[in-house]
Amino acid sequence: MQAFTTLTGLAVPLDRANVDTDAIIPKQFLKSIKRSGFGPNAFDEWRYLDHGEPGMDNSKRPINPDFVLNLPRYQGASILLARENFGCGSSREHAPWALEDYGFRAIIAPSFADIFFNNCFKNGMLPIVLKEQEVDLLFQQVQAQEGYQLTVDLSAQTVTTPTGESFSFSVDAFRKHCLLNGLDDIGLTMQHQDKIRAFEDQHRQAQPWLFN
Amino acid sequence: MAAKTLYDKLFDSHVVHEENGAALIYIDRHLVHEVTSPQAFEGLRLAGRKPWRADSVVATADHNTPTTGWEKGLEGIADQVSKTQIMTLDSNIKEFGAKAYFPFMDKGQGIVHVVGPEQGATLPGMTVVCGDSHTSTHGAFGALAHGIGTSEVEHVLATQCLVQKKSKAMLIQVDGQLGHGVSAKDVALAIIAKIGTAGGTGYAIEFAGSAIRGLSMEGRMTLCNMAIEAGARAGMVSVDQTTIDYLQDKPYAPKGALWDQAVSYWRTLVSDAGAHFDQVVSLHADDIAPQVTWGTSPEMVVPVSGKVPNPAQEQDATKKSGMLRALEYMGLQADTPIQDIAIDKVFIGSCTNSRIEDLRAAAKVAQGKKIASNIKLALVVPGSGLVKAQAEAEGLDKIFTAAGFEWRQPGCSMCLAMNADRLEPGERCASTSNRNFEGRQGQGGRTHLVSPEMAAAAAIAGHFVDIRNI
Repeated sequence: MQAFTTLTGLAVPLDRANVDTDAIIPKQFLKSIKRSGFGPNAFDEWRYLDHGEPGMDNSKRPINPDFVLNLPRYQGASILLARENFGCGSSREHAPWALEDYGFRAIIAPSFADIFFNNCFKNGMLPIVLKEQEVDLLFQQVQAQEGYQLTVDLSAQTVTTPTGESFSFSVDAFRKHCLLNGLDDIGLTMQHQDKIRAFEDQHRQAQPWLFN
Repeated sequence: MAAKTLYDKLFDSHVVHEENGAALIYIDRHLVHEVTSPQAFEGLRLAGRKPWRADSVVATADHNTPTTGWEKGLEGIADQVSKTQIMTLDSNIKEFGAKAYFPFMDKGQGIVHVVGPEQGATLPGMTVVCGDSHTSTHGAFGALAHGIGTSEVEHVLATQCLVQKKSKAMLIQVDGQLGHGVSAKDVALAIIAKIGTAGGTGYAIEFAGSAIRGLSMEGRMTLCNMAIEAGARAGMVSVDQTTIDYLQDKPYAPKGALWDQAVSYWRTLVSDAGAHFDQVVSLHADDIAPQVTWGTSPEMVVPVSGKVPNPAQEQDATKKSGMLRALEYMGLQADTPIQDIAIDKVFIGSCTNSRIEDLRAAAKVAQGKKIASNIKLALVVPGSGLVKAQAEAEGLDKIFTAAGFEWRQPGCSMCLAMNADRLEPGERCASTSNRNFEGRQGQGGRTHLVSPEMAAAAAIAGHFVDIRNI
């Protein structure tokens, strides 16, 4: 997994609440057995005017000029500014894969759905919860100023605006540690394999039917 | 000893190790399907890892499988990309192993959340995970069950554990008697109407109260299934005699002396009197009417006797713009009576409502009737091969087909429209599934979530009707 330390990048405002994972990556793209290449189909139904299917040449498809990600001023954005309950719905990790493949490394919202939030950390992407009024302020500023960039510092747990205003966010110590160092979860868990075996032995004795 | 919630008991009894506020919890049952597993198996392969305990795995193909053309076997899968995914599951299970595998067209195949419980592969006290958000379904058995992403599927395969932070506990108490024509689906939607789709975020929900005790296991599964639609990864119900009676003699449930030993443990899987919940929500069963969603989020729901809400009356700006957008997408006018909304298609199925009790309820409404002339397609998709066989033994398939419904092969089907069953742009559907998101049942499709009885009644009338008046 790629490490996340600091990021300075263009922010794009997606001004909708309850953006679900079906919207982030529609179901027809879930048929892939790979975990890469989903970026061109992120927000497919909002981004293009036609119906997308796997295998299409996306560069030849008609784009929706009104969709915020398609506006010229937001090209190259790496920070997604979103509204409450972002990533609700299905557990499909194809959603963070698609956002990461598109180029996002951080998502800022007043709240996230639990499974999506968790999936982001497994893919070197940082979901940041800020207060509703702070997110409102960022929306106003990014819409007012072309080329608006934010700086995210995971170590310091801050988001800083171009004028130097800083907002702090909280993050679990374990997730922070993994993300800062780009650590593979499985490798870390395997360090505890003796404990897992010991637990399993005791669990088997207490509830033998689970191992029947 | 301090009084514990059911959630405390389930979580605490699976902690292997704790560090920095994160717990490593042991996973008893890992359900696997074709869509969210290929990348996880590939990860194992690339790292040279083996599954920690292959006999915790129960697998089936469900999301992509067609509901017609089974006589042609694998060749009947017209979509080559889907076929590759289904065949990839076959080869992965062959390579890595499983306790039980119900491949495409097997008589036990079906929706993973229908298959697990009916096989007795989901048991009280278990931790159950699956790369699917509706894993919350299995909490109906007094199990700790939730959806995970593909990286975690790989993690569980490799280590039998998950890194978890304990959630807060919410109690949803539903007391009283459900009225005629009011089902578990309506309770689920009424709860979401009350707390919102993010109301359960960060919580594990326990459903309790006399109305919940009165539900069958099928009803409890419907309710826990929709916990994720309220934002909670896990929903659960304490164990009682209904739970135990359901499990007796199921193929993978313990037998003989082990059964007795298991039952005595399972009976302890209830929240203790006086246990602390971080939040308590109460509903009166008698107040709950049949529900119909009108928008593009499950919280956009009203009683069937109601009207499409008017955004002009909404004060919150974000909510108001969401409502305006939903009305436009759904092609609806504010203040339209719900019962005036005509539909094009009907879908009875999904991990929410495709069990035998759901099909019986829908068949009772359809018996001796015909679907309305404006209905282009009315699908009944049983949740599994076993549900299908049971329904056919009871003659339910004949009732449906005589009324003009199509009786299909089991799978997820038009709940998420990964196979050929889908809505065309602008088509309006009465659906017993769980999500009415934009494009969920097909790009441009318009979904109204309802109970099986309500879906069947809408098929007959051609528009929504109040099942209580039938």
